[in-house]
Amino acid sequence: MSHRVIVPIGPYHPLQEEPEFFQLYVEGEKVVDIDIIIGYNHRGIEKLAEGKHYDQVPFLVERICGICSSSHPYAYVLAVEDILGGEANVVPERALYIRTIVNELERIHSHLLWLGLAGHFIGYNTVWMWAWKYREPVLDMFEMITGNRNNYAMMKVGGVRRDIKEEDISIVKKMLDELVPAVDMFKGAVMDDPVIQARLKGVGILTKQQAIDWCVVGPTARASGLNIDVRRDDVYGVYDRLNWNVIIEKDGDIFAKTVVRILELYECVSIIRQCLDKMPKGEIDADVKDIPSGEGLGRVEAPRGECLHYVKSDGTNRPVRHKIRAPSFMNVASNKVACIGGTISDATITLAAVDPCYCCTERVAVMRKSDNEKVLNGWDLIKLSQEKTDKIKEGMLNARPQ
Amino acid sequence: MNIKKTALTKSIWVFHISAGSCNNCDIEILDCLTPRFDLERFGIQLIGSARHADALLITGAMNRKSVPRMKKVYEQVPKPCVVVAVGTCACSQHMFRDSYNMIGPLDEILPVDLYIPGCPPKPEAMISGIVKLVTKIRKSK
Repeated sequence: MSHRVIVPIGPYHPLQEEPEFFQLYVEGEKVVDIDIIIGYNHRGIEKLAEGKHYDQVPFLVERICGICSSSHPYAYVLAVEDILGGEANVVPERALYIRTIVNELERIHSHLLWLGLAGHFIGYNTVWMWAWKYREPVLDMFEMITGNRNNYAMMKVGGVRRDIKEEDISIVKKMLDELVPAVDMFKGAVMDDPVIQARLKGVGILTKQQAIDWCVVGPTARASGLNIDVRRDDVYGVYDRLNWNVIIEKDGDIFAKTVVRILELYECVSIIRQCLDKMPKGEIDADVKDIPSGEGLGRVEAPRGECLHYVKSDGTNRPVRHKIRAPSFMNVASNKVACIGGTISDATITLAAVDPCYCCTERVAVMRKSDNEKVLNGWDLIKLSQEKTDKIKEGMLNARPQ
Repeated sequence: MNIKKTALTKSIWVFHISAGSCNNCDIEILDCLTPRFDLERFGIQLIGSARHADALLITGAMNRKSVPRMKKVYEQVPKPCVVVAVGTCACSQHMFRDSYNMIGPLDEILPVDLYIPGCPPKPEAMISGIVKLVTKIRKSK
């Protein structure tokens, strides 16, 4: 009969950048249960959005998460344009292409970032340094196109805020050409390395049925054999006019998740190239004035999966309700099945494999306790101690002969 | 210059705390350590335990749940230490000032030595800030 021990990780720990608290229940080396406690990042963004007008909200929602800082505003403007009659009817052609380009550049930088961190977690610091080295040119492209390395402020209801200059297009194309050999190198380094294969294959498996049961999305779902991708299933931008593939793997382990992300990098590069070639000249902003009353839904395939925004309007200049569901909300919960049964040394990479983003996830923090569980703080303990003294006192008083 | 200051300003080991941030400042801090900027050549290193730290890099808009934990981490850092507010959120709470879940700006909670504004500050800005701080500590008596 083995002994069950709780290993607390967090909230401030070197494993991940954001604060979050894991409780691993282990028996020997084996993880038997896991609790994920979050709420260290909750900023009340949905409530703040109700106090800002429609053009201010994109600046707020892009600060939900630093990595998905074009997916969230994109999903929001899609939701507002849904009230106006759909993105394709409202937004000018050129703006659609620019939106697609920014969204795909973001996917490249996010996947490279994850690849580096994953390499760091399994002890391949070289992969970390390489991945982040080749991520820098992507950030340079962002700086050239949007003016900032992160938080791009490109999305606007009815269009985009900045145009891509003609002279920048050739520079971006050249930078993409230089990126492809780096991705080739990563592909070789990950797929042919026997140590990485031994470390990642068969670890943290999420089967197809489990993926369906836990509603996972994005690369996590595609690595488990689920054929879902919002870019294809609920077309936005110009994805229906381009040639690209949805990458699907069957194994559901961490190796499959890595392969999906690496192969998606090639698709991103190809999508951006096609967009730059096909992009027409013209207006970039439809100059939307009023938002009529109604409800709208926007879905975007963020680097981590489906990102959903819901906006309710009553005809004034502010949303009445703004609801956000980020991809990590579903993906993080799947750790509950992926981690259990593995060893404690594999827990690190398994927890990181879904590319969790706790800043995205923490829209509402509700702590739920089961009925038979009781949490005592310092005051409760002092009170218990004092009550015990009182009881003993009473007992002695009663025992004393009258 | 006394021995404490010499120890504090040579090869600074930093510990990073996120108190309700959006990840951007955190990633730019990590970015400082990777090949393009490579702060490790100056001995600046991100470490896993606050007990070894010389400097605390604090990001985020001071979330109600994370501030008590942040204070606990601050108590574990050997003194004298340096507290750096990275990003506009940590300096002045940015657009989250009116949120119901925010306590107050960082300098009302901990003594702050250096403010690096920006959303997020560029790695160059962070490096320049650290250099200014080190120069200032070395010059002070």
